[in-house]
Amino acid sequence: MKREKLLEVKDLTVAFGKRKNRFVAVDGVNFNIYKGETFGLVGESGSGKTTIGRAIMRINETDSGDIYFKGQKINGKIDKKLDREVIKNIQMIFQDPMASLNERAKVDYIVSEGLYNTKLYDDESDRKRKVEKALLSVGLLPEFASRFPHEFSGGQRQRIGIARTLVMKPELIIADEPISALDVSIRAQVINLMNDLKSTLGLTYLFIAHDLSVVRFISDRVAVIHKGQIVELAETEELYQNAVHPYTKGLLSAISMPDPKTEKNRQFEKYDKSMHHYEVEAPKWMEIRPEHWVLASDEEFERYKKALDGKVLNNR
Amino acid sequence: MNSDEMIKQDEKHLPDQIKKAMPILTIENLVVKFNLRGRSLSAIREASLSLYKGESLAIVGESGSGKSVFTKSLMGLLDANGWVDSGTIQYKTYDLAQFKKEKDWLKIRGKEIAMVFQDPMTSLNPLKTIGKQVREAVVKHQGLKGREATNAVYDILENVGIDAPRKRYNQYPFEFSGGMRQRVVIAIAVACKPEILICDEPTTALDVTIQAQIMELIGELQSKYGLTVIYITHDLGVVAHVADRVAVMYAGDIVEIGLSEEIFYDPRHPYTSALLASLPQLGIKGEPLYAIKGTPPNLFKKVEGDAFAFRNEKALKIDFVKRPPYFKISETHYAKTWLMDERAPKVDKPKIIELLNERSAK
Repeated sequence: MKREKLLEVKDLTVAFGKRKNRFVAVDGVNFNIYKGETFGLVGESGSGKTTIGRAIMRINETDSGDIYFKGQKINGKIDKKLDREVIKNIQMIFQDPMASLNERAKVDYIVSEGLYNTKLYDDESDRKRKVEKALLSVGLLPEFASRFPHEFSGGQRQRIGIARTLVMKPELIIADEPISALDVSIRAQVINLMNDLKSTLGLTYLFIAHDLSVVRFISDRVAVIHKGQIVELAETEELYQNAVHPYTKGLLSAISMPDPKTEKNRQFEKYDKSMHHYEVEAPKWMEIRPEHWVLASDEEFERYKKALDGKVLNNR
Repeated sequence: MNSDEMIKQDEKHLPDQIKKAMPILTIENLVVKFNLRGRSLSAIREASLSLYKGESLAIVGESGSGKSVFTKSLMGLLDANGWVDSGTIQYKTYDLAQFKKEKDWLKIRGKEIAMVFQDPMTSLNPLKTIGKQVREAVVKHQGLKGREATNAVYDILENVGIDAPRKRYNQYPFEFSGGMRQRVVIAIAVACKPEILICDEPTTALDVTIQAQIMELIGELQSKYGLTVIYITHDLGVVAHVADRVAVMYAGDIVEIGLSEEIFYDPRHPYTSALLASLPQLGIKGEPLYAIKGTPPNLFKKVEGDAFAFRNEKALKIDFVKRPPYFKISETHYAKTWLMDERAPKVDKPKIIELLNERSAK
């Protein structure tokens, strides 16, 4: 089955500052997002995962490389019409629902702000209807439209944040740590909501997070980013069970399970960059198994390949 | 049987690992109230707890369950509009619940009970060097001066895993990464040579890999200095990793307490199992995660019966009327739920808990 590529990122580099202060936040990153999937992007803070999301949203300028959305190049200078289209089709959910909603606006305005800006409604009653529908689809009552954000709990606020993206009828939603600011009991609600919306509305997600267990639960494919470079990319279970890159392994060993017996004996593998000899041989982005990519030098690639030999996936 | 007797019994029949130790802190029927806009709110509702020397106890619960208020009341750090209404907090020869003046608390704070806060960005003074901040604690609580104090600071910094302490001594917090800053905060707490160390969400603001390192550090320091550690957290993965015993807090009360194995493999209170079931680690892909419905009760009003009853699908009639006492499951495991009463209908263990048991049996 040929999957439709919704988003293509090719050799993307994003840098901040000039000359002496130049800092490369994202360094030659490649990945595709297929239609209808949830693509997880995990990494530590400062690894550049948010910068990638913002580059796709056209908030951060790209240095080199291309981003294609449905075959059209969307980074760099593009004409106004395409810009509009990109804004409509790619929407974002932010981390902190307390900070990302306008305190002084009613929910009605917050949700319809995108509509106002793009004039995507026929008349007032059409706008009202669209807001109502968006609120209902995230499990809020239409009456809530006349309230202010401070009247809602954290989970409800994040629902408003989701409703405001849905009202634009986007195809791709970039969710930047959408649940890390939420309470344990509310996390499950928001994860379920995101999964429901994905199947009912046919959405595609770029799910950015640092919590590996959440990413495992929600994503179809996962990319691990370290210091601006994607070091490994594979289908979720393949990555979690058969990781080959030492950084991925280290990250996976840090996941804690709610299971005291195994947890008390867990050994944390520390990642040491000096194990690579990249000054001798620069690493390349290579496919080690179908759909399983890793950043490695030729020598490492052979070693990883041997280690991976004969490994199969267990059903969870 | 009321909860007082329960706790006394608790002390008589303890498993070996805790038996040798006597409780160093005993909290009984603690009630903490806050005055908010002319109304009073009961943040802690008759909570009881014993803490044994050398153990690690984790207090888990969602935000607003009162876990931070509970531990803050042990150090006299309640906000100005809050007070201990009734109950006792027995520590050594003191009853901390009777402490009113700042002068009383100075005997306890730091020297006996120290605290590591959640966010290392805000708990350090940005205008003072790291060395000076650690030194304050050394001078005040260990009574050292001059060169001696400086050397003690070097030692402590080295103990918490900060390389080149002589160079780091003169640096400011902004020159440290988040994980390193948290190490400094821990260094300050340990420099007070406390008996009890309270860690309030020590790793939530940190990265996963750093989290593991900080947890390891706290563990090392615990055995080195013979600390008794209270962890406050909502991350059940962290709890499984570090805690000997777990107390589950809901709406200002400890609804279940037991050894970590007992809580994870055999939870009895519906809230405990609901918390476990909502973890994505245990979720099955493609199926919705279990989500707890509703919100915690309004603590401005008096809570009748079991505080969790309104969110519990299988609540009994009595749950809405009468507050359950502690029921004993084992020598160390108690739960406040009517489901444990012999007259209550038999409830099967939730599927997800069975799954967890199966997986750990492998």
